[in-house]
Amino acid sequence: MTSFVKPRIDRKNAPVNSLGLKRQDYDGAMSTLCAGCGHDSVTAAMATAFYELAIEPHKAVKVSGIGCSSKTTAYFLKEAHGANTVHGRMPSFATGAMAANAALTYIGVSGDGDSLSIGIGQMIHAMRRNANMVYVLENNGVYGLTKGQFSASADIGSIAKKGTVNEQPPLDPCIMALAAGATFVARSFSGDRKQLVPLIKAGLKHKGFAIIDVISPCVSFNDHKGSTKSYAHTYKYYHKAVHADYIPPTDEIMTSYDEGETMSVELHDGGKILLKKLDPNYDPTSQASAFSKIMESKASNEILTGLLYIDDTKEDMATQNNLEARPLNQVPYTELNPGPKALKALQAGWK
Amino acid sequence: MGKVTPTDVTNPDYFHKVVDCQWACPAHTPVPAYIRHIANGEYTEAYLVNRASNVFPGILGRVCDRPCEPACRRTRVEEKAVAICRLKRVAADHKDDIKDRLPKKPKKTNGKRIALIGAGPASFTVANDLAPLGYECTIFEKLSKPGGLMRSNIPAFRLPEDVLMEELGYILDMGVELKLNSPVESMSSLLNEGYDAVFVGTGAPKGKNLDLPGRWDAKEGIHIGIDWLESVAFEHADKIGKEVLIIGVGNTAMDCCRTSLRLGAGSVKVMARKPREFFKASVWELEDAEEENVDILVNHSPKAFITEKGKLVGMSFDIMEYDIDETGRITDQRITGETTLPCTDVILAIGQENAFPWIEKDAGIEFDKWSVPIVDKVTFESTKSGVFFGGDSAFGPKNIIWAVEHGHQAAISIRNHCQGVELTNRKPDEVELKSTKMGMFEWRYSNAYDGSERRKMEHIDLVDRFKKLDTEVELGFSAEQIATEVQRCLNCDIQTVFDAPKCTECDACVDICPVECLTITPNAESEDALRAALPSGEAPEGQALYVSMDLPLTGRVMIKDENICVHCGLCAERCPTAAWDMAEGIVTIPHAQDQDYAEAAE
Repeated sequence: MTSFVKPRIDRKNAPVNSLGLKRQDYDGAMSTLCAGCGHDSVTAAMATAFYELAIEPHKAVKVSGIGCSSKTTAYFLKEAHGANTVHGRMPSFATGAMAANAALTYIGVSGDGDSLSIGIGQMIHAMRRNANMVYVLENNGVYGLTKGQFSASADIGSIAKKGTVNEQPPLDPCIMALAAGATFVARSFSGDRKQLVPLIKAGLKHKGFAIIDVISPCVSFNDHKGSTKSYAHTYKYYHKAVHADYIPPTDEIMTSYDEGETMSVELHDGGKILLKKLDPNYDPTSQASAFSKIMESKASNEILTGLLYIDDTKEDMATQNNLEARPLNQVPYTELNPGPKALKALQAGWK
Repeated sequence: MGKVTPTDVTNPDYFHKVVDCQWACPAHTPVPAYIRHIANGEYTEAYLVNRASNVFPGILGRVCDRPCEPACRRTRVEEKAVAICRLKRVAADHKDDIKDRLPKKPKKTNGKRIALIGAGPASFTVANDLAPLGYECTIFEKLSKPGGLMRSNIPAFRLPEDVLMEELGYILDMGVELKLNSPVESMSSLLNEGYDAVFVGTGAPKGKNLDLPGRWDAKEGIHIGIDWLESVAFEHADKIGKEVLIIGVGNTAMDCCRTSLRLGAGSVKVMARKPREFFKASVWELEDAEEENVDILVNHSPKAFITEKGKLVGMSFDIMEYDIDETGRITDQRITGETTLPCTDVILAIGQENAFPWIEKDAGIEFDKWSVPIVDKVTFESTKSGVFFGGDSAFGPKNIIWAVEHGHQAAISIRNHCQGVELTNRKPDEVELKSTKMGMFEWRYSNAYDGSERRKMEHIDLVDRFKKLDTEVELGFSAEQIATEVQRCLNCDIQTVFDAPKCTECDACVDICPVECLTITPNAESEDALRAALPSGEAPEGQALYVSMDLPLTGRVMIKDENICVHCGLCAERCPTAAWDMAEGIVTIPHAQDQDYAEAAE
């Protein structure tokens, strides 16, 4: 905790986005997390992504479960809708909200505990459904709120603050996402704003489920020597495989890159995601390519980051299920509730 | 590819420049430091901190030209600067008796005799710096009372006589001899009197004339502004006609128009040749005059004085029109008409210059083609060894606070001259950094940002204001106003000091910064390329960009735009490794007394 709240200061040269809003209009309450927590950086990256995309804050929904990471929905977009739900149950809540109003932009924030232990079933099924949301998994390898026990994402051989060595294999959310049929699979690092912000923007514009596994070091319980999720370790083994930039429909791709190193993916909204790859042989639109690349990097202890897999052709949950496109609160009451006659007619059809 | 080299924060100017007010003050008054004293109720301390730099806090707290306020960092986050000047007055108004905390008259002098010509702020500052060190200072003044322009040109309703005399008295009490009614009529004969050094602080006493048709036809009614103010101050003039025109729109014009109202003028108009944005007067002086219902007419260029039988009856003006480009400069002008305004009196307030009819051509003091003495900008020595100039007499009209700084610098030179030390052998400025950290989230300064707006100085009611010539208009700040105004100061002297090896590159500081002035980025070939990594981009106020050493984990650098930092300390509060610290940067500007210590240490 800090001694006072981050003040709102309207400096004279502050830039504004196309809505005329300043970056600080996308801030939330003051963070109560430990000073230096990776999650705060992720929070800032999410706020920046919404600011740069000029999404009206009141047309966004932030949802989360329980944990340090789940607290962070309070720390950005104070004008947005949001809920801290039950531990691990954020995907169900988000699914319900989306069914009621698909016109809003959804972002879920979760952690490795919330997602990979208690909420693993929920997360997997949200991926299968291809619910149209960004799911940010702030991954620090420990249960920070309960003082640093290993979580399900802790690497084999990682040493806890008090000396215990982890021997169970880690769950990799990206591998799981590929297996479950997620359509946007990315990994990043809280310390790399230049990569993370464009990824979140691309995820928000992708129609379908976008998982971003963000290595977000726990400064209090997992930032020591021997930890594989510390700042120092991540900076050292961090490997940027694919950089993704969202290009709005109105903009043209201006920069030219060497053939084979860039490719662009067409999105539903007419915009594009421009992918810049370090390895020309890597095809981020191929599940198999992504799988093998992630597994290879694991073997060489590299942390592979960037947009690892994307498929913007698959229908999202709302389309598959033929859900009402209009927000339910804008559907006339007579249409929402056609009355006993219509009910009888419907029931008659099932007799 | 070249890289930007890390910022050298040990250069005393680096952190000094961040304290915009102190940097802008000619005497480098440590403004945030004295405002913190006021916040703590330590008025005496606040006064003494001021006095060490600017010698006349009570006077300057009322009539300073305030170069600090336009520079104030606060103006980058809201409209109005901190009321720095008026807080100085607060310190002076509320201090305890300070006599026992000032240097005493030395028991023994060192035998060096210094002649100071003109009893204004420059000479008094020299005496203030030298008398306690044992120098025998004698001030020669042609008038019957001391103060120079502070007495003769600044009306008593802005600067009461008791305030002036109190602060001059502190210096006289140090054993300075003041010779009133003693004009120096010959430099050569003064030089023959065996003084070890002579300081000329005679100001710019010659008001400019306006030689237009009819100027010499009127027997009375046309006045030179500063001469007229002097005759009012010395009670030689106590009335003026009913309709007064003031020519010129500088601060002297403001004093002239307001004084006219107090001497019985019914209508007072200030005539400006150009539009308002070109006025020389300080904004606050314009406001104060307009509050007293003075009319200011723009675009009137004086053409002729109109007289009838030797009596001034009016003045004619050309009506001007100007073309002004985007940068605010006049590109063209034309006359669009003519008008005549009736008047009983015209006061010319169109500038002043220095004049030395008493310095003989063969005295060894050289003047340039504009009859301005050739004076060294660092040592203030003239072309004659041992003769120094300061204040308006050195480089033409500036203001009191510049005169004070000239006095400080000339005192160092005079001291060196008398001790046989090279004049250029001057102790350099120093900066000392002292951490303000008291504990977790606790600093020994009030770091929370206070969004309050500038407090308004209360003025005495208009009906009471004109009853007496010396009724002070400004009433000073109330206790509540003081309490709020001090919190508006951003404490720019509490510096953000970064220790790169401690940084874990967690971005906590970058995220918490309420003005987005920090970021971590790969080093680049130029400062401009680095700046591009910041959301704020350009630096309109010309402040520095801080560039750290390479960070340990990635080799990137921490950069900080010093221009928009509000010194709230949140970066240091959020830093998990204390790589950021908030440290008080104490800038030491050496005066004559420090020069002694410097040499003793050598």
